[in-house]
Amino acid sequence: MTELVPVLSANWDQEQSWKHASYVKGGGYGALKKALGIDKADLVQMVKDSGLRGRGGAGFPTGMKWGFLPPDDGKPRYLVVNADESEPGTCKDIPLMMANPHVLVEGVAITSYAIGCNHAFIYVRGEVVHVYRRLLQAVREAYEAGDLGKNIHGSGFDLDVTVHAGAGAYICGEETALLDSLEGRRGQPRLKPPFPAVAGLYARPTVVNNVESVASVPAIVERGVEWFAGMGTERSKGHGLFSLSGHVEKPGQYEASLGITLRELLEMAGGMRGGKSLKFWTPGGSSTPIFTEEHLDTPLDYESVGAAGSMLGTRALQIFDETTCVVRAVTRWTEFYKHESCGKCTPCREGTFWLTQILKRLEAGNGTEADIQQLLDTCDSIAGRSFCALGDGATSSIISSVKLFREEYERHVTEGKCPFDHAASALFDYTAASSTSEPTTEEAHA
Amino acid sequence: MTYDESTLTQLTADAEQIVSRYPVPRSALLPMLHLVQSVDGFVSPDGIAFCADQLGLTSAEVSAVATFYTQYKRRPNGEYQVGVCTNTLCAVMGGDEIWKRVSERVGVGHDETTADGKISLERLECNAACDFAPVMMINWEFFDNMTPESALSVVNDILDGKPVKPSRGPDAVPTFKEVSRVLAGFEDGRADEGVGAGEPTLAGLKVAKDQGWTAEGGAK
Ligand SMILES: Cc1cc2nc3c(=O)[nH]c(=O)nc-3n(C[C@H](O)[C@H](O)[C@H](O)COP(=O)(O)O)c2cc1C
Ligand code: SF4
Repeated sequence: MTELVPVLSANWDQEQSWKHASYVKGGGYGALKKALGIDKADLVQMVKDSGLRGRGGAGFPTGMKWGFLPPDDGKPRYLVVNADESEPGTCKDIPLMMANPHVLVEGVAITSYAIGCNHAFIYVRGEVVHVYRRLLQAVREAYEAGDLGKNIHGSGFDLDVTVHAGAGAYICGEETALLDSLEGRRGQPRLKPPFPAVAGLYARPTVVNNVESVASVPAIVERGVEWFAGMGTERSKGHGLFSLSGHVEKPGQYEASLGITLRELLEMAGGMRGGKSLKFWTPGGSSTPIFTEEHLDTPLDYESVGAAGSMLGTRALQIFDETTCVVRAVTRWTEFYKHESCGKCTPCREGTFWLTQILKRLEAGNGTEADIQQLLDTCDSIAGRSFCALGDGATSSIISSVKLFREEYERHVTEGKCPFDHAASALFDYTAASSTSEPTTEEAHA
Repeated sequence: MTYDESTLTQLTADAEQIVSRYPVPRSALLPMLHLVQSVDGFVSPDGIAFCADQLGLTSAEVSAVATFYTQYKRRPNGEYQVGVCTNTLCAVMGGDEIWKRVSERVGVGHDETTADGKISLERLECNAACDFAPVMMINWEFFDNMTPESALSVVNDILDGKPVKPSRGPDAVPTFKEVSRVLAGFEDGRADEGVGAGEPTLAGLKVAKDQGWTAEGGAK
């Protein structure tokens, strides 16, 4: 049995856990004081040695990313924290910042010191006002306590932190779109290279890291590389938040070492809702190919999930039981990608439009057998041909669901309707009769 | 611009403060658009002109940015922005039914506002609260684990002019204009209201405590 390892989540149940006083009482900002006495290059090496990999989805080694910054030329370099969390199913950074914003602020201070940054930014999505309040307050409290500002704890190191609210656009989670947005522009991805490490915010060397990545840094400094690397698997080290949602008895945040399995997590979460059986699930958000009960024992680390044909992504485990129509689920995700496509490149902009048309036809029972092939062909024109990973992600659930549940798509065609009772999937009782006139999402997402 | 003198003075002072947070003034544009919404209730032509003027941009440049982001409203918005998540997870868990009932009750559809200006309705995309599904957001405050009944009762309270309290958030939902001011980066003194974590947020921590699992010596 893999055990849970509360690190980031350890103080979430404490009285006013979001306050500076509460965080300090639990030992908070001790790691910052320790870090300020360590050579910068040694800190970068420490994070490299820990094996910490980016928690924002792609899993890029964090210390290596920091090491890519060119040598200091005396001009500004930046840290930008990606707190845009908008990938469907992903719900770890928002509760983290709500309950314990200071662990992020401390991580920002240590990371900034390590990379030689004197002005860091936290870009948080705009649709979570209370989280934004807590961040604004945490940063103010940290200034007041001398954890930010000029000559932090007498070290000579200065740091300003700006907490910036976005305004509703999933694409701004893509790191270069985020930088454009932070510069006051439309959030559209930039051509890479140059990578942000070379020319990022204001064309200066920039590290973009996910909230959870940065928040993991203080404990590494405090407890050491061996402690962190002692958790997880050979190449996927450390702890991570696993977010269970959907048809499970106790959905929520489960912090475990990487490599835990869904079978283990489900057991801790009280099993499937009402003892029903598992039908399909996403290992890392809606952009990752879906899994079934066959993958209950796949270790949830980067390599194992990859080898099984999906991606660990953001560890957003959305769990769907036997009552769920996979065509309905996939159609709704695809509408999301269509809505969020930034329009910069044709395969994604046009492709997600056509995918939505075909899927809605199929879901309503008006599709044909040829539509299923058309769906796959259209995915083919998008995946690998789009400017950024949003386009690829849009095809993941489609391709994998057709592979795993083709007969369910065909049933929609042959029966001329959706064979599922949507009311059976809901958490509350209602009669299916009232659910026949589903909203036309066409205008909704226009 | 048609702002009266005191409004313009306040706006200008606020804008200066926003600009001072960034090394390059243009970065202030997104928060300034939130600021404009806090005064006008939407991104008004006046607001666009004001942002352009302050940042040395053209109105066209400001408009191009404003239209990219869904939180910026092009028409006068309701006092309460009511959003029901209908992305896959919430939809399946009951969000579609909640949306339908709420929309019937309020009498408007997606991206529409009631005649009295009380409520603007929206079908939301994922709001990072999937473990609390089905989710409703009012002025971007969390209403967790909704049912049609609980959602309608909140909406009825709004229509009756009563304050409503989110599951995780301040003691009462502020108005659209008030939250827009927070999003412009101005604290409203409500950060300490409400809980730190909802029950699902603590689910794993509770299991770990019950089992006596800690991260002290690393994992087993
Ligand atoms: C469409 C799209 C959306 C993304 N959204 C997020 C996000 O909300 N948060 C995040 O940390 N990374 C997101 N990413 C990944 C970022 O581009 C980037 O890889 C990440 O922030 C790097 O941080 P890390 O190395 O610490 O994981 C997204 C990527 C894409 C293509
Ligand atoms: S893939 Fe989609 S989101 Fe990415 S640049 Fe192209 S149009 Fe924009």
